[in-house]
Amino acid sequence: MTAVRVFRRCAGTVTIVALLAGCAMGPTREDPFEPANRVSYQVHQVVDGKIVKPVVQAYVDYTPRPVRQAVTNFFGNIDDLFSFANDVLQGKPDKAGNDLGRVITNTAFGIGGLIDIAGDAGIPKGNEDFGQTLGVWGVPQGPYLFIPVFGPTTVRDGTGSILRAYASPIGYINDISTRNILWALNLVDLRASALQAENLVNQAALDPYTFIRRSYLQRRQYLVYDGKPPPSKDEE
Amino acid sequence: MTSNPHSRRAARMAAGARSVAVAVLALVALPALAQEAPDALVKRVSQEALQIIKTDPKVQAGDQARIRDVIEAKLAPHFDMDRMTALAMGRSWRQATPEQKKRLADEFKSLLIRTYSNALNQYRDQTLQYEPLRAAPDAGDVTVRTTVVRPGQTPVEIDYSMEKTPAGWKAYDVIVGGVSLVTNYRDEFTQQVQSGGIDGLIKALASKNSGGAAK
Repeated sequence: MTAVRVFRRCAGTVTIVALLAGCAMGPTREDPFEPANRVSYQVHQVVDGKIVKPVVQAYVDYTPRPVRQAVTNFFGNIDDLFSFANDVLQGKPDKAGNDLGRVITNTAFGIGGLIDIAGDAGIPKGNEDFGQTLGVWGVPQGPYLFIPVFGPTTVRDGTGSILRAYASPIGYINDISTRNILWALNLVDLRASALQAENLVNQAALDPYTFIRRSYLQRRQYLVYDGKPPPSKDEE
Repeated sequence: MTSNPHSRRAARMAAGARSVAVAVLALVALPALAQEAPDALVKRVSQEALQIIKTDPKVQAGDQARIRDVIEAKLAPHFDMDRMTALAMGRSWRQATPEQKKRLADEFKSLLIRTYSNALNQYRDQTLQYEPLRAAPDAGDVTVRTTVVRPGQTPVEIDYSMEKTPAGWKAYDVIVGGVSLVTNYRDEFTQQVQSGGIDGLIKALASKNSGGAAK
């Protein structure tokens, strides 16, 4: 207990020192590839603005809301399956029970996951993923990366995403065109869910690149610690 | 005894008026004396604001100026803008002159109000849940936890870091889904101060505020 507390305090101090040192140096310890990432971010802005976003906007404008919700639920059901797997990998039986319960309920009674019956029944949606599991296991997050179209990630989270892509049930569908349509729809659904957040960032940020980076890293830290991250706030 | 019934009645009336005045004073002074608990404050203020958002016809019509007025009047007084700005500035805060500090806090406030009104406009079909406060009764610094529940989506936790001040509890940070507003802006502010000094940061904030809306 005391050891944990001491460790946490030290970790906090280290973070503060790293933050301050990082601030003074330009590219931070968290983002050693900042110049390359910024180029990547610019590329992303162009590709996203010219190709991805118009498609996604058309999808949002011309697809009825219940249909989009069903699409979100369908992919959310697959997320729940992976959340369950990661609950198990992290040794969290309660959450594993919830997530497995959601998958079974929604797959069996929610038309293959199109309706989130479990959510309506009050079973909270989990959000564990491989990146978090690696974090819980003590793997450091590694350098921050910004990948065009894909968005912000870290070496650790990116590894998780690659694992996830290989393991996804969508990849096991034999019919190639069905599989590709589902992958595309998955991307469109994901991007659509970020439209509001994007508006917010553009409204709030002086430099969206920096803003997104800090938001992403804070969010991931929070998720790895299940909402109880060690304090790292410095009172200057 | 030459008591005059008129003067007696006048005296009684005066006494009555005095006690009414005392009662009114007590009512006015009471909330100030018994300071509203931080979680009760968050609940009351957010409910009031949500109520307006949901019923005001101008807000319903998406009138951004009206939404900003509501936030300015209802929410902004409960934030300690100086402390928020100081925390977001980090070490540079102490190097700023009093005038710079005032401008920084004002511009930061406008930016937050603009951003928040934009966000409110987008997240209208939300309901709020409040968690009971877990803090010592004499604590001077607490975190009030709330959860935004949106249909068909993962709930988002919104926490308010609050401190006790003579003017009641004031929030100095908002943490949305683990993302602290103050921490987020610290990187941004540091970057601006490094490249253009404190005046550079003020200029960046001011131009964001004047141009950001007309997107």
